[in-house]
Amino acid sequence: MSSALAQYLLAGLTLGAIYALVALGFAIIYNASHVINFAQGEFVMIGGMAAAVFVESGLPLYLAVIFSIGTATLVGFALARFAVEPARGASVVTLIIITIGAAILLRGLATLVWDKKIHPLPAFSGDQPIVLGGATLLPQVLWVLGATALAVALLSWFFNRTLTGKAMLAVSHNRLAAQLVGVSVRRVLLVSFALSAALGALAGILIAPIAFTSWDAGVMLGLKGFAAAILGGLGSGPGAIAGGLALGLIEALGAGYLSSAYKDVFAFLIILAALVFLPNGLFGRRATERV
Amino acid sequence: MAFSAGALPSASSKALAGLARRKGLAALALAIALLPLALPNNYTYEIAILVGLNAIVCVGLNLLVGYAGQISLGHAGFFGLGAYGSAILAARYGWPPLASLAAATAAVALLAWAIGRPILRLRGHYLAMATLGFGIIVSIVLATEDRITGGPDGMAVPPLTVLGFAVSGEKTWYWLVGALLIASVWVAQNLIASPRGRALRALHGSEFAAGALGIDAARHKLSIFVVSAVFAAAAGALTAHYAGFITPAKASFLHSIELVTMVVFGGMASTYGAVLGAAVLTTLPQFLTVFKEYEMVLLGAVMMLTMIFMPQGLAPTLARALGPALEKLLAAARRKPV
Amino acid sequence: MNFRTLLAIGGLSIAFSAPAQEPIRVGSFLAVTGPAAFLGDPEQKTLELYIEKLNAAGGLLGRKFQLFAYDSAGDAEKARGYVKRLIEQDKVDVIVGGSTTGETMAAVPLAEAAGTPFISLAGAVVIVEPVKKWVFKTPHTDRMACEKVFVDMRARGATKAALISGSGGFDRSMRAECLKVAAKNGIQIVADESYGAGDTDMTAQLTKIKNTAGVQAVLNAGFGQGPAIVTKNYRQIGISAPLYQSHGVASKQYVKLSGDAAEGVRLPAAALLVADTLPDSDPQKKVVTGYKRDFEGRFKQEVSTFGGHAYDGLMLAVEAIRRAGSTNKAAVRDALESIRGYVGTGGVVNMSAQDHMGLDLSAFRMLEVRNGDWMLVK
Repeated sequence: MSSALAQYLLAGLTLGAIYALVALGFAIIYNASHVINFAQGEFVMIGGMAAAVFVESGLPLYLAVIFSIGTATLVGFALARFAVEPARGASVVTLIIITIGAAILLRGLATLVWDKKIHPLPAFSGDQPIVLGGATLLPQVLWVLGATALAVALLSWFFNRTLTGKAMLAVSHNRLAAQLVGVSVRRVLLVSFALSAALGALAGILIAPIAFTSWDAGVMLGLKGFAAAILGGLGSGPGAIAGGLALGLIEALGAGYLSSAYKDVFAFLIILAALVFLPNGLFGRRATERV
Repeated sequence: MAFSAGALPSASSKALAGLARRKGLAALALAIALLPLALPNNYTYEIAILVGLNAIVCVGLNLLVGYAGQISLGHAGFFGLGAYGSAILAARYGWPPLASLAAATAAVALLAWAIGRPILRLRGHYLAMATLGFGIIVSIVLATEDRITGGPDGMAVPPLTVLGFAVSGEKTWYWLVGALLIASVWVAQNLIASPRGRALRALHGSEFAAGALGIDAARHKLSIFVVSAVFAAAAGALTAHYAGFITPAKASFLHSIELVTMVVFGGMASTYGAVLGAAVLTTLPQFLTVFKEYEMVLLGAVMMLTMIFMPQGLAPTLARALGPALEKLLAAARRKPV
Repeated sequence: MNFRTLLAIGGLSIAFSAPAQEPIRVGSFLAVTGPAAFLGDPEQKTLELYIEKLNAAGGLLGRKFQLFAYDSAGDAEKARGYVKRLIEQDKVDVIVGGSTTGETMAAVPLAEAAGTPFISLAGAVVIVEPVKKWVFKTPHTDRMACEKVFVDMRARGATKAALISGSGGFDRSMRAECLKVAAKNGIQIVADESYGAGDTDMTAQLTKIKNTAGVQAVLNAGFGQGPAIVTKNYRQIGISAPLYQSHGVASKQYVKLSGDAAEGVRLPAAALLVADTLPDSDPQKKVVTGYKRDFEGRFKQEVSTFGGHAYDGLMLAVEAIRRAGSTNKAAVRDALESIRGYVGTGGVVNMSAQDHMGLDLSAFRMLEVRNGDWMLVK
């Protein structure tokens, strides 16, 4: 393997892991409520910004991480409780517009509560690159990959082993049936937003030492995360991860071997082509419609 | 062929519906005719013109989102292609702007047809993603090919000329855009009232059920997709010639979202809702700008609160609130003819 | 306090204010939010600060200044709307604004048609080339930045360079200008890569540059977090050729974000960035230290050259109105065009009928990051 290829693959994996985390957030909320949460990118931003500002104010890194995930979780919970839940029963498009409004509101709040500057976050274990098969990677990349893997493992445990997790799965399969056996759909909605916000915040914190963070850092990451979630198949956990990694690798390899100016064009062309041949994404369930 | 959805309306109810349509159109025409009394200067005319241009796009988009129930997050792509197509033909190749406008719009119609065929088979969020991807590709190409498009900083666009006369000045543009808006609403309403339009509403209800009733879903979706793309492209080209300047931001994902927001905000499945949504969301930032750093927070809050408390959108909610009052007024007027 | 007392107080304050003179109306539209907020934010702060200072010092021609400023968020269409508002509704005497080239170019036809003097704060060459009667600008052009960098590359013995640029207006415009003037300055561009807005990793592009034969220097055209990521990735994959940044990152923030990776990076910038280390004999010393003191004292944040452009724009407008002795637009325009030897934060300005920017290459200083600070390259 040439060292250039190794470098492209590493770059793609790092990007892909972050996209996967954001995509998982989309999937969890979609399963619980069939809402596409366009404020998912803002959770990423809140995680990164809060952590950066906490560290700047002198907090140790681990506390900053815990507090910023907590902040984002609260915001996610509040969004579900005060904006999405009161509008239950509204059409899906209406709910989407509510989340778009929320995204604008949260970006605005970020500029007021914090500022419009770009903030760095110190890398968790230094900036000394590690050489690997002719390619180099930053220790932070290992943190990104490791933390993503851990988050996925925890989620899988949560959904398969805990009552709340199982209830959420049940709602995603059949809302009415779940309700009939006593699952609180309302609680599932609140938990799904809180969980998605925590995941998004984690992604924001992990990427901030590599790519910095600012009040508008969530826009592009949210967009790519949505693309990854769709590519993988909406509502599918493994799909979100596969979609995220695929998108990251396509971008990095496209930039390396084809044209860096058009790498996003390749990525979206491939997504379009994939959708035409796999209308429900890589791992999506075949949608059935009730008449 | 496709009038099987819903019962066949009787001749009288058909006439009534037609009357209601004409009344709405007359009210819109009256509003456009009277508005200049409230426009003190060219700046306010500018806002009114932008409202009109956005409203034309929204009326078209509403056919797709509101009636056919298909989400498009890529309409800014059509808007941008119409704008740049006409701008490039006129500025770089010396075409008369009216010809370039027509050619660009026709080309966008063809393109919409070509991409609509494969992607309209997708459902719901997958279709949203496909249209989003299309829009993003368009905006990247427009920003990257800077030799032709001027890049992210945009390009200058020659003014519109009709029969050798340049259309210039805010007032001329106001009447032109106003007339085109009325024409667009008329076209949209006729489409909705046609058998095809009823088929479309059936699609919104349930595609599967519509199919079972013998409606050729794919064909109808495609034709409405093309119509809405044409509205967007024509409005895009007009915007470019009016402003004399165009940047790829008008083709961006954020502009697509803005357009859908206008339609939903105003009230889906209501042509006047689309017009109202465009009017409110185009003028709102002009008022909010005095709040400076709070502008974004306020805009987001207004959007959220409206959608939470008026999930149907502005127009249907207002109609429901004001409807009885209006009817009373009308009844009173009928009793006592002046 | 009831309504009547309020009215009375209002009446009193009107009665006691200076003879009711029309204020001098200064219009502005800046990208205070949006992706170019890092330009618009210090620009807006600067304008507000100095309008206040000018008024505290008694204004000009016995008149106070009044600022009309709108946030165009870097959007050309919004900018157009606000410029129309400034001209038609606020009836401003002069416009100082336009953070980005796109916004500026959308506003140019309006200022030209209305005959309102317009001093732009945006970078690209197209704003003043060809010369437009009513349009001036304060920042150095991207073409000058390219030339300054290429001259320095040649001085260090490099003839083959690679370009890496972002996808924004500033980035694409500078890339185009650099490609245009490279050959003239004896530089051959052997690689030309780009990255998108919001990209988080540029190692793929830089690996491609690293594997391109003969690259002796690399220039990054861009602003915001992009160049900082490029700088970190550059060190990570270990490219040894010298790295140049553009004047788009001319603020302390870039050094702070890039950390150790920024050591040895060079960039062309205005004297403002090295205000304290300028020799006392430098003609700009007084202006730049004064502005730095005022801005940092008020806002508790480091100056950037962008705020400096707004300072220069406002001061040029004030100087022109003073010379014209009125706010007659044609007279102010003529006065602007006749300004020579004005010392600003961006350099010494010599306007003429052929040059509506009035800066030459000497206005740019070549700086190098050393020990986390800017140093003048001698």
